[in-house]
Amino acid sequence: MSEQNDHVVLDVKGLQTYFYTDDGVVKAVDGLSYQVRNGEFVGLVGESGCGKSVSAMSVLRLIPYPPGVIAGGQIVFKGEDLLQASEERMREIRGNRIAMVFQEPTTSLNPVLTVGRQISESLELHRGLDKNEARDESARLLDLVGIPDPSKRVTDYPYQFSGGMQQRIMIAMALSCDPELLIADEPTTSLDVTVQAQLLEIIAKLRDEFQMAVVVITHNLGLVARYVDRVNVMYAGKLVESGPTETIFAEPKHPYTVGLLASVPRLDSHHKVVPRVIPGLPPNLAHLSQGCSFAPRCAYAMDECRASAPQLEPVATTGAAAEASGHERACFYDAAKLEKVDMLD
Amino acid sequence: MSDESTGTAVSDQPSDAPRQRASVEDVLVDVKNLVKYFPVTAGVLRRKVGDVKAVDDVSFTIGRGETLGLVGESGCGKTTTGRCILQLYDVTSGSVVFNDVDLVQTKGEQLRRMRRHMQLIFQDPFASLDPRMTAGDIIGEPLLVHKIAKGNEYRERVAELLSMVELDPAVASRYPHEFSGGQRQRLGIARALAVNPDFIVCDEAVSALDVSIQAQIITLLMRLREEFNLTYLFIAHDLAVVRNISDRVAVMYLGKIVEITTSDQLYANPRHPYTISLLSAVPIPDPVVDRTRERIVLEGDVPSPMNPPGGCPFHTRCPQATDICRTQVPEMKKVDEGHMASCHLLDAI
Repeated sequence: MSEQNDHVVLDVKGLQTYFYTDDGVVKAVDGLSYQVRNGEFVGLVGESGCGKSVSAMSVLRLIPYPPGVIAGGQIVFKGEDLLQASEERMREIRGNRIAMVFQEPTTSLNPVLTVGRQISESLELHRGLDKNEARDESARLLDLVGIPDPSKRVTDYPYQFSGGMQQRIMIAMALSCDPELLIADEPTTSLDVTVQAQLLEIIAKLRDEFQMAVVVITHNLGLVARYVDRVNVMYAGKLVESGPTETIFAEPKHPYTVGLLASVPRLDSHHKVVPRVIPGLPPNLAHLSQGCSFAPRCAYAMDECRASAPQLEPVATTGAAAEASGHERACFYDAAKLEKVDMLD
Repeated sequence: MSDESTGTAVSDQPSDAPRQRASVEDVLVDVKNLVKYFPVTAGVLRRKVGDVKAVDDVSFTIGRGETLGLVGESGCGKTTTGRCILQLYDVTSGSVVFNDVDLVQTKGEQLRRMRRHMQLIFQDPFASLDPRMTAGDIIGEPLLVHKIAKGNEYRERVAELLSMVELDPAVASRYPHEFSGGQRQRLGIARALAVNPDFIVCDEAVSALDVSIQAQIITLLMRLREEFNLTYLFIAHDLAVVRNISDRVAVMYLGKIVEITTSDQLYANPRHPYTISLLSAVPIPDPVVDRTRERIVLEGDVPSPMNPPGGCPFHTRCPQATDICRTQVPEMKKVDEGHMASCHLLDAI
């Protein structure tokens, strides 16, 4: 895909992030590769402990060392390998060109500073605004994320905002330097359904306005279906399937994706449906087997799956069309025999 | 609010056919005009300056063997309602009749004896298990408290409870930190089952879990319900989960129930504007289907329960609100058999 490289904002290649613990080496991210194109809205889905958040932290090199180490791979952001960049260079990039929104707004905001002060900080640091300019700009940003009466509210403290409003402030802060890439790590977890949809709506709107690329990490498949262009499904530190949102939801071709989609209770089913269950638990990342990490829980596992790990390859069934759409999966089982479970019957 | 919100779980869905249906006559929990205000104090003298009206005149019934879902946004009073039923809070007024005994009037030893019949499963499986007790002790504690079993019988019962929730009885000697979130939730369920309860309040019991684990716990709860003819009050904010496990669903807003009906009706034919907007906010995990749905985005936040708006509590955010909504509190009205809603505009919508 070299001819498209200029459109690729972020190119993660074979990323390995390991944690050295008493229990052994935890391979939180182990050979993760994915690309994010200009203006693209990418969803990274998977269960707790599959390495989603660690992979996002790795992009910004925020992995605590020790015990964490980025052991291998490349993180190419606009042609520059961030893993080779100096710490000084990283500081210019973090919050300025790549911004991040974290899971818990309550713990991410400083409780003793006004929100205006907190947003101004990066405006003064990265954009060199003076105090008054920064204050006006903060109010403008709050307005952008839909906080009513912004010029008054810049002087409020975080506790005076609800959880959803706090997360809006986090988004405003992330946008303050007009980033090229926004990474949102579970931005809506622990919030109400109504608020979750509102927040993703804001992110989607701002994505269009700012022409920035967005990676959203979530386990809410409903939100993924509604807002995301491309879905990357992660399991045990690797991508197991990747493709355009509609393809992934209509024709999932990895047994884990199939199982994940079938385990979500649906609101629109004609009658009550008992969710299908993926048996067992996610693997211990310190003791991964030779073969496919999903094999112990997989109904289709064959000897081959236990012997060696499948690589991410274009889904073969639809030939050239699949390659063009970028539908890939890491599985040995015959793709033609894998079908999504109809949750409406 | 009226007292006639008695529940018949009318549903002829095949997936529910083998379950014993609740009937109007066989009411296990009867909540009438339940009110719970939390006082708000200020200053050094802790003078009372107001009340948080967490639950404000709530009435419903739950039939024996039935599952009632309770949904609503954070702060709407769902959890408080559950805890008031279990008498974990002192109720401000109203009655909670459980098995023909009014729990609000019951005190001391008698209440303790009643507690055997009703249990609670908590949301956070990390915070609700004592980190210094073994799994076996956690599950067995209710057996000792209620003097149900000791010695060999105790150990056998603990092993039986563990296998009931599909855990290996050998894990009894392990500590909570050795378990995953889903396994801890299984321990919480086993602890609730220890005393052979009739009624279990599941307070966001699956909200903190990953989807695949959530599905495992839901199926476990459904199986146990059949096996022991349990009655659940299933509190959650995830409407899709609630729909699939409940016979009937009550929707709460600002301390009041705004709509209550069978879970199939609630989805197929929601009548209260709040229910309609809540349902439309839930994205469907299928991009093609989701695109065809009408979305109503509610403006603003839930008003403070310390100072709820007059008239209909929802009027400040309701897209259809008219003058009558701003001045008069709507009554719970019958929309259909077993379907009640409190809205002035039921005929207009």
